[in-house]
Amino acid sequence: MSRYNRHIILDEIGQVGQDKIAAAKVLVIGAGGLGCPVLQYLAAAGIGHLGIVDFDLVEESNLQRQILFGTSSLGANKAIAAKNRLADLNPTIALTAYPKKLTAKNALALFEQYDIIVDGTDNFATRYLISDAAIITNKPVVYGAIYKFEGQVSVFNYASGPSYRCLFAKPPKAGQVANCSDVGVLGVLPGIIGSMQANEVLKIVLELGEVLSGKLCCYNAKTTQIHTLKVHKSEQEIAQVLARKNSFHEFDYEAFCETPVPEIAAKEALSLKNIQFIDVREVGEEPAISLENCVRIPLEELAINIAQINSEKSNILVCQTGIRSRKGVSILIEHHLENCYSLKGGAIALLNHLKVESK
Amino acid sequence: MNITVKYFGLLAEVTKRSQETIVFNKTTVAHLLEQLYATYPGLKEKDFQVAQNLEIVTKDALLTNQEIALLPPFSGG
Repeated sequence: MSRYNRHIILDEIGQVGQDKIAAAKVLVIGAGGLGCPVLQYLAAAGIGHLGIVDFDLVEESNLQRQILFGTSSLGANKAIAAKNRLADLNPTIALTAYPKKLTAKNALALFEQYDIIVDGTDNFATRYLISDAAIITNKPVVYGAIYKFEGQVSVFNYASGPSYRCLFAKPPKAGQVANCSDVGVLGVLPGIIGSMQANEVLKIVLELGEVLSGKLCCYNAKTTQIHTLKVHKSEQEIAQVLARKNSFHEFDYEAFCETPVPEIAAKEALSLKNIQFIDVREVGEEPAISLENCVRIPLEELAINIAQINSEKSNILVCQTGIRSRKGVSILIEHHLENCYSLKGGAIALLNHLKVESK
Repeated sequence: MNITVKYFGLLAEVTKRSQETIVFNKTTVAHLLEQLYATYPGLKEKDFQVAQNLEIVTKDALLTNQEIALLPPFSGG
């Protein structure tokens, strides 16, 4: 077979190595900026079985870097669109698309079916979920993450090495670290980092060279500098994850990594044009807000009353102290409403501010 | 001693520089961080790890007059 000739003629790979590649089963989570180059090179290399997990749909703004997709894939599920492209690239391998979200409920059963897990996701909740599920199922994770012009690569949980939690034990505070969709990313950067991840997968499969375990490779596209930092294993972090093994499927990773919610102070809110206050407290909760542009929709009823919300306006959600309103804003964001804010300090702060202003 | 401090990712945006050399005479990473927090209050709100001489260290590590790097987590993919 001439397809793998350039591998086979390498002394370090040969037919024996190519057979190892053909026997490997790799699960790639996220078919986005990182997932696309990982999948492309692993499929071309002849990885015997590739699993692709992604619930998201292809958008035009993805095409600047997500190289498995073209204009004909717009609107399609990414896992399925990637599978279709890869089936053409290499029809001799098995491909399974999982067009769904990776969750604490499905992760362990899915990981059990594969040898190596690749993390190409774009959020902390899924990164911690992958890390923990890999510890419990004892699978190596080839990790990649990017920010604007910089990327990180490592292999976690390999040959008793450190895991992601040994490096970052806890997720950063909500909203602190922005994502590509919010702050932008150089299109070629995930191509470089994803290719490095594909390389680590092949090294693990081939038992070749030195796997990037216990080290974090930091790449800067602007300076072409690489810093490779030594990472130590924390037995305590790993033991804590293993201790949750039996209740793993119940753990709420999204709450653990709280999705960022835009907040606004009363003064700033009142200076915005075209605003609508939405009081998400229960009917009868005092003090009442007697503003013309304030409607009351209790939090429990928010999701079923989405149609009532005017997306043309800046919607400011208010509760008593600013906690329930954060939850309300997450609900509106999930329903793709923009310009929604949670009012810091709630009704109490708003009324105090109005009182001061009227003096 | 003169210590070179490198800032990765969004930390370089907080400090508005990717690296600098500072004169410092105390002994631990925690002491150094206190001084950096005083210079760049925005750093205090960020989560990051510290590497000394290309090795991730804890806050109580002794300074060895080698390069320090501040490393935040990235989520993008």
